[in-house]
Amino acid sequence: MNPQAAGQKNVDKTPIITIENMHKWYGEFHVLKDVNLTVDRGERIVICGPSGSGKSTLIRCINRLEEHQRGRIVVDGTELTNDLKNIEKIRTEVGMVFQHFNLFPHLTILENLTLGPIWVRKTPKKEAEERAMYYLEKVRIAEQAKKFPNQLSGGQQQRVAIARSLCMKPNVMLFDEPTSALDPEMVKEVLDVMISLAQDGMTMLVVSHEMGFAKSVAHRVLFMDGGEILEQNTPEEFFNYPQHDRTKLFLSQILD
Amino acid sequence: MATMEKTPHRKAANSIRPPATSIGVIGWMRANLFNGWLNSILTLVVGYLLLLTIPSFVKWAFINSNWFTTSEQCKAGSGACWSVITANIRFILFGFYPHQLQWRPLLAVLILILLLFFSQNRKYWKKSLAYVWLLGLFSMGLLLKGGLGLEVVDSDSWGGLPLTLLLSVFGLTAAYPFGVILALGRQSDMPVIKSFSVVYIELIRGVPLISMLFMSSVVFPLFLPEGVTFNKILRAQIAIILFTAAYIAEVVRGGLQGMNRGQYEAAESLGLNYFQAMRLIILPQALKIVIPPSMGILISAFKDTSLVVIIALYDLLKTTQTTLTDPKWMGFSAEAYLFVALIYFVCCYAMSNYSRRLEKELDTSL
Repeated sequence: MNPQAAGQKNVDKTPIITIENMHKWYGEFHVLKDVNLTVDRGERIVICGPSGSGKSTLIRCINRLEEHQRGRIVVDGTELTNDLKNIEKIRTEVGMVFQHFNLFPHLTILENLTLGPIWVRKTPKKEAEERAMYYLEKVRIAEQAKKFPNQLSGGQQQRVAIARSLCMKPNVMLFDEPTSALDPEMVKEVLDVMISLAQDGMTMLVVSHEMGFAKSVAHRVLFMDGGEILEQNTPEEFFNYPQHDRTKLFLSQILD
Repeated sequence: MATMEKTPHRKAANSIRPPATSIGVIGWMRANLFNGWLNSILTLVVGYLLLLTIPSFVKWAFINSNWFTTSEQCKAGSGACWSVITANIRFILFGFYPHQLQWRPLLAVLILILLLFFSQNRKYWKKSLAYVWLLGLFSMGLLLKGGLGLEVVDSDSWGGLPLTLLLSVFGLTAAYPFGVILALGRQSDMPVIKSFSVVYIELIRGVPLISMLFMSSVVFPLFLPEGVTFNKILRAQIAIILFTAAYIAEVVRGGLQGMNRGQYEAAESLGLNYFQAMRLIILPQALKIVIPPSMGILISAFKDTSLVVIIALYDLLKTTQTTLTDPKWMGFSAEAYLFVALIYFVCCYAMSNYSRRLEKELDTSL
């Protein structure tokens, strides 16, 4: 992967996600404090930070798996409110990949992929299956289409999960620690899929501690701690010249 | 295999066969029945008890038994009097249904068994099956009730096996979806729906079925305007449905709570709405988890239909009892009840067998 190519933003400069002065509490606990973030079309952002810093919560707010209590989140021109129509619209446009894959164990791989397109997008079954096979090829797992999720390895399941999201033709992909539940030898196959996705110009927000991935793919790295975005920069600046003491501490712990 | 296979001493460490487990009849007995003095004594005691009971039972039930005799001949003999069943089989099975018309309930029961037989195979779970059921239900109703050229039979004279099956099959098929809805209601975020479900479930579970049947037959008509009557069987049927649904609801709720949060989130993040997520993702998995306890409830509900005797419906158990009040056949209750027990057992065993098979078929983990 050529960092130079990745560094170029093939972007028209309209933001696809705008988060303004967003706060969230779990009961009394203030998880997200005044978060401001603008994501451009085609931009790739890696979010890192110690556990409990609110990074997962932040991206889960973007497709309303968590509800924010103050501030605004606008995704592709639609503001997230309590309006169910808006929420469902945004969810169809925002793909999400989970730490624990969350494939549907009672459905075959192929059915996992066609479910969303058929029921939400009302795609004809045949077309949905063709598209599913296309993306399964892309994540190099087409021969497993008739199997059930539990028959696959972790890395394979995560690749299926990515393909499942892609079948909805999302504008943005959110990744919530996609490799942290995987055995070490399976991390690479998932990262490779994500890198090829990046090369296709997908807008990506990735919560991850895979610093190699961040260096080669991200336009921007965010460091979160205590519910705030403490620091953000290009990967080169971020890793070579971290500004904040907490960032330095975190990097020293993680890069050992 | 009668002899124990010797495992080769040294073989390549990466491909050792598992140790042989089959060690012959004597080996098995030594390992399971006589492994120690306590087990040996228990084995001998149990063997002695079996020797004491089994031969005399066989003698009573088969060797000295009477099958197609009069009651006098039965009383003279020493064995079981199965004649009590063969002589009264039509009353036991069909109750007070007019004698010359009893082919109709018989046919209805056969249709029902046929329908159930086809429905248990997942191969036939298609839309057409629903139409077949509608057709089947219609013809069963027609056969029992009459009309369209068939002589009309008042539902007061329905009884026996058709009544038991009617109450059970309709009770269970209606109670299950209702119970699922209640379980979803109890999980709902909407306070009205949630509290309705909770109150309903707790109220019904706090009351014995017998009192619900009493209420349906004694109390409920008091609230109806004068002259309006409501079929007694239907009232009992509704009481059974309402009662069973509350228990189903709690079992299904257990299954819903056993679901991984991630499944809800994955469904939501694909943009599925609540009903789609429930129907396509959550319920198929949750209901699969609760197949064994659901079947337990369905089986006990099936047996509980016999409680309708207390509101004077002549179900299978009641017709049997009635037969035994006939002075001619008094005193042969063991035979009669064994026969009824056998019918109940066959049905219940079929249900539990089916649930085990369904569980296996739906298992996608391997």
